[in-house]
Amino acid sequence: MHGRPRKAPKPEDEAASSAKAQKLRALQTQFFSFHHNKIYTKEAVELSAKLLEINPESYTAWNYRKLAVEHYLNLPDCNPDSIKSVLDDELRVVENALRQNFKSYGAWHHRKWVLSKGHSSIDNELRLLDKFQKADSRNFHAWNYRRFVAESMKRSEQDELKYTEDMIYANFSNYSAWHNRSVLLSALFDKKAEGFLLKEKVLPEEYEFIHQAIFTDPDDQSGWFYHLWLLDQTVTTDSPLLASSWPGHGSDVLLVGDRCYNGSAFSPFSALHSDSGSFPIVLYFNQPVRGVNSSTVTVECGFNKNEDLLWKPLSASNSQTARVWVAHLKVSSSDLHSTVEVSVGHTKGIISTRGFEYSHPSMLSFKVHVQPMERDSSQVSVAESISLREENFKVYGKQSEESIIDSFDQLIIKNGHETTASNWRFEALAKEIECFRELLSLVDCKIGKLTLARLLKAYDAMSYPFANKLVHSEEVLELYSDLMKLDRTHYQFYKDERSIVLLQKVTSSKGSLLQHCFQYKDSVSSAICGPICLRLNNLSLSRMGAFEKLLWVQMLDLSHNELQSIEGLEAMQLLSCLSLRNNKLRSLTALEPLRKLKLLRILDISYNQIGDHSIDTTRYVCSSPLSHSVGSELNRDETVTSDVALINNWEAFYIFKDFNLNQLDIVGNTIADEKFKSVLVKIMPKLKQLDGKLLD
Amino acid sequence: MDDIPPYPPIDPTTFDLIVIGTGLPESIIAAAASTASKSVLHLDPNPFYGSHFSSLPLADLPSFLSSHSTSPSPPRSPSSDDPNEFSLLEFATRPLYSSIDISTFSPNLDQHSRKFNLDVAGPRVLFCADKSIELLLRTGTNQYMEFKSVDATFVGDNKGNLWSVPDSRAAIFKDKSLGLVEKNKLMRFFKLVQGHLAGEQDVKISEEDLQSPFVDFLNKMGLPPKIKSFILYAIAMADYDQEDTGVCRDLLKTKDGIDQLALYNASIGRFQNASGAFLYPIYGQGELSQAFCRRAAVKGCLYVLRMPVTALLVDKDTGCYKGVRLASGQDIFSQKLILDPTFKVTLPLGSSPPLPLKEKLPFFSLKDDKGKIARGICITKTSLKPDISNFLVVYPPRSLFPEQVTSIRLLQIASNLAVCLPGMFVLYISALCNDDDQGKKLIHAVMNTLLTVPLDSESNAAVQSETAEIGSAVQDETSESSSGGPSDSGEEKPTLLWSALYSQELTLGQVDFICSTPMPDGKLNYNDLIDTTFKIFQEIYPEEEFFPETSLENPEVDGDASPET
Repeated sequence: MHGRPRKAPKPEDEAASSAKAQKLRALQTQFFSFHHNKIYTKEAVELSAKLLEINPESYTAWNYRKLAVEHYLNLPDCNPDSIKSVLDDELRVVENALRQNFKSYGAWHHRKWVLSKGHSSIDNELRLLDKFQKADSRNFHAWNYRRFVAESMKRSEQDELKYTEDMIYANFSNYSAWHNRSVLLSALFDKKAEGFLLKEKVLPEEYEFIHQAIFTDPDDQSGWFYHLWLLDQTVTTDSPLLASSWPGHGSDVLLVGDRCYNGSAFSPFSALHSDSGSFPIVLYFNQPVRGVNSSTVTVECGFNKNEDLLWKPLSASNSQTARVWVAHLKVSSSDLHSTVEVSVGHTKGIISTRGFEYSHPSMLSFKVHVQPMERDSSQVSVAESISLREENFKVYGKQSEESIIDSFDQLIIKNGHETTASNWRFEALAKEIECFRELLSLVDCKIGKLTLARLLKAYDAMSYPFANKLVHSEEVLELYSDLMKLDRTHYQFYKDERSIVLLQKVTSSKGSLLQHCFQYKDSVSSAICGPICLRLNNLSLSRMGAFEKLLWVQMLDLSHNELQSIEGLEAMQLLSCLSLRNNKLRSLTALEPLRKLKLLRILDISYNQIGDHSIDTTRYVCSSPLSHSVGSELNRDETVTSDVALINNWEAFYIFKDFNLNQLDIVGNTIADEKFKSVLVKIMPKLKQLDGKLLD
Repeated sequence: MDDIPPYPPIDPTTFDLIVIGTGLPESIIAAAASTASKSVLHLDPNPFYGSHFSSLPLADLPSFLSSHSTSPSPPRSPSSDDPNEFSLLEFATRPLYSSIDISTFSPNLDQHSRKFNLDVAGPRVLFCADKSIELLLRTGTNQYMEFKSVDATFVGDNKGNLWSVPDSRAAIFKDKSLGLVEKNKLMRFFKLVQGHLAGEQDVKISEEDLQSPFVDFLNKMGLPPKIKSFILYAIAMADYDQEDTGVCRDLLKTKDGIDQLALYNASIGRFQNASGAFLYPIYGQGELSQAFCRRAAVKGCLYVLRMPVTALLVDKDTGCYKGVRLASGQDIFSQKLILDPTFKVTLPLGSSPPLPLKEKLPFFSLKDDKGKIARGICITKTSLKPDISNFLVVYPPRSLFPEQVTSIRLLQIASNLAVCLPGMFVLYISALCNDDDQGKKLIHAVMNTLLTVPLDSESNAAVQSETAEIGSAVQDETSESSSGGPSDSGEEKPTLLWSALYSQELTLGQVDFICSTPMPDGKLNYNDLIDTTFKIFQEIYPEEEFFPETSLENPEVDGDASPET
């Protein structure tokens, strides 16, 4: 059914097809009249069968037949024999329709409907399927139906697994068979079926199996998909784990009223400006979870149990599932020093998307110190005009290194739980790495390189807690650079992956991170002012990542990169100053993650491509247009009552209305004309400075 | 002499063409000539069709072989010149078979002699996409025959193991004996060949490579020895050791190797219900000759079996061929004559042939510088491999013993092809050789590796002594096979019930005003024979088309040719 060339129609074929169309139209007219008048006579039902044999895509006809069946089954003289004959008739019609079009959704659905009535022999279905699946072994309709039949007749997963094996042996270029294999194995793992209790026993055999396909024909992609699934099964731990948090365990948090704090005894990592005396607590899990609330995560501050603490998921969609959760804790201004204890998962309820319970309760404790405000209003206004220009940065002083090093360690949560159980995962990955190095020594294949990069990345991620470094990051970067050259079609994908690996490398050790840490120093005043600025500029990043290591960052310079999206940036809850100058952001909606950054005051999005494209492609990049939230929260009344300029710029309104910015740079974008700027000023009344100009 | 004449006279007495012998080449020529509207008389001294290509009952095979093994008695009388204008040159037959060795270990097989159809020229198969299948389809001859698939090809070793030949993508994937790297290399090689054949520009094999020896090309591709051996001997079906130029009489060029691969590749999956690359006719290979005879008969060819021919009639003055004298005494005349290669013309002692004939004579003395082929037929009660009944086994050169310079092929055919009693298996073995002793040694080496030869037979001693000779080379390996081969270990080797071993001369077809057809060759299929047959036909009828294409005669041929399920 695949790779067969289409023949151009001959004139006589066209004549035949027009005759067929005429016949079909006549049939259809007659059929609709029966249908509308609810006529279910034998003759009428037969006519619908004739119609379906010619055109199995006629959904109305299928529905009509369902009604007809119901009609017959409800007749008073209905008996088991007559039921059977009615349903057998249906199966026959479906079979004929499938002969005409094997991929008819309506026909397959109708068959399921008939079978679910429970009067027909299911054994027959398997025979029929065998015939169909021989004719077209990859057809996913048949495979879908097969799963339905196997379930109905309680055929064991093991038997079905054997069937996929036979199909794969007949022709391993069969996506559907490999896919069904992954479905069946998942079910067997979940059930903890005999012989499938331990993944470490099953997965090596599966790897062995897929290697045969990959080595025989590395260009065939069906096997690679299965390999990707196996890799996921190998690296993903079942139960979710807490990856990092802010504040870190054992750290000290200094809450200061002013932005300038000199001679602080505490690490700048944990000093935070807070007007209100509240600060965010961020929990970063290794996979998306739901059920984070004040009963699953308790926060004790002195004697205050904070039972009303509200945990919010931070994700692009509005789902209640996220990797990152945030709550805002307010410490009473009377306690200058207090200890906070966060206990995660001591009560059950945190569950991963795959349905596994968070099962490794952990405890974080940190100290909070409050430094009361010493407000000097003139100083404030100067200090708050921050310009992220090269001359204003100073390499972070050596003398401060020690304190950073301590703080850095506190960011990452060590998970000792999985170490012993994970040995097989290491072994499996090591074996795969060796295997694919061998493949690449034989042939230069893109997907082999990509897989090796993924394997090395996974290996590094798994060994990081013990090794404290990413051994293979250089090699992975090189592989992705290679791929970017080899496979231009997927250039952007490789670049995105490469960006993330690069960020992981930068954040993997104190030394490498320090090279990107700068002190912001105002050119006017000589005082060292504000927190550390992390500068990840000029790295040709196209995506952001490694957020779990960057939860502490308050000033971030991402200028002169190639970012098209800043997805995930919402995790950086402490951000107060962000430069995205000279990137490739194409739309206002790309800024959506920033809406969740409540502390953001200074934003530079100058020299991007906002407004270049009339169509906002960001919305299609999102995982699903349906889950995308832009606009869904818009308050209709608010929009209606606002003036015309706001209605015409609803995206700007939606994005910027929640911002609490003091300073915005937007120059160098197509959208940023004077008219638009005036709209922005209207949306953000608190804005003090726009494109370097002080506002009244 | 004055009895009722055993042969009714043939009428008419003049034909365009007389064909003597009903072997496959003769039968095809008879059918082709008849199709070209020639009047043809097709004679055979035997009471059956097929001559040296026939399939015979068990009891008839030994007598057929021995009847062609001794030189016939010298001419009964010096050829007396007829009163008319012809000279008579008497026919004699050349011995074709030698060192015939029949062993029976199961006395009651003879009672079921007719249940057996043993190929005289085995082992032989048809590739699903080879010239014989094309010819069958084009001529509609397939309607007289049915085929079944030969399901697999194995490579054997001296321990009795049979390794399946990874001959397709699915087979490579499934194969348990190849490592991952080997799989990758082999598949890439297949893809290269496919790309080359499909004319893809970027995968073209250079002309220089095409003219180089195939084995050098395989080395250049970095294929490991095991895979090289698979490709050379089990797919390209090379006869001689390609890596020893000293003994290799037929060094395969890359071009030809690739053609062989293409043929093999096109054969796999050509017919839906044939899983392997080969077909085998139900009732044996003899059916092919018979089918072409039927095809010829439909077109008006006249058939007379049991009709020996005694002499050639030549014009006294010109020495030109005129006709033949039959055993019945009748003289039949024709313009052209096609002879089975076993016939030769003897000249009267002391007399010299007429001048013009003298010049023509050299072609009568057929030379056999192509060596010999050793053949063996074995009957067993158990398959060499469980769960599979019809398959081919190749023993590449040096796989059984160091001095083995040619590949040995073995074809197992089961009773579902109606060649033997139900539950039995016929094994056909063949190998090219220089002389009878070498040939025997090759056949015995395979038999000893795969079969248990019982001790209670009259000809047993002979077999045993042969065994002892080669024993020194293979004894130690074969003794291991009972302990630890992965495939057939633990299972008893099939016991030999009956065997026939013989050597056959190899002669090529000759073309002149009298033509000799080729003998069964050492190949696995009929491709070369059909080529030669075609050339002979062109030589005698340069004006005529060899089976012209007719759309009416072969409707839906593909369906008919596919073997029954």
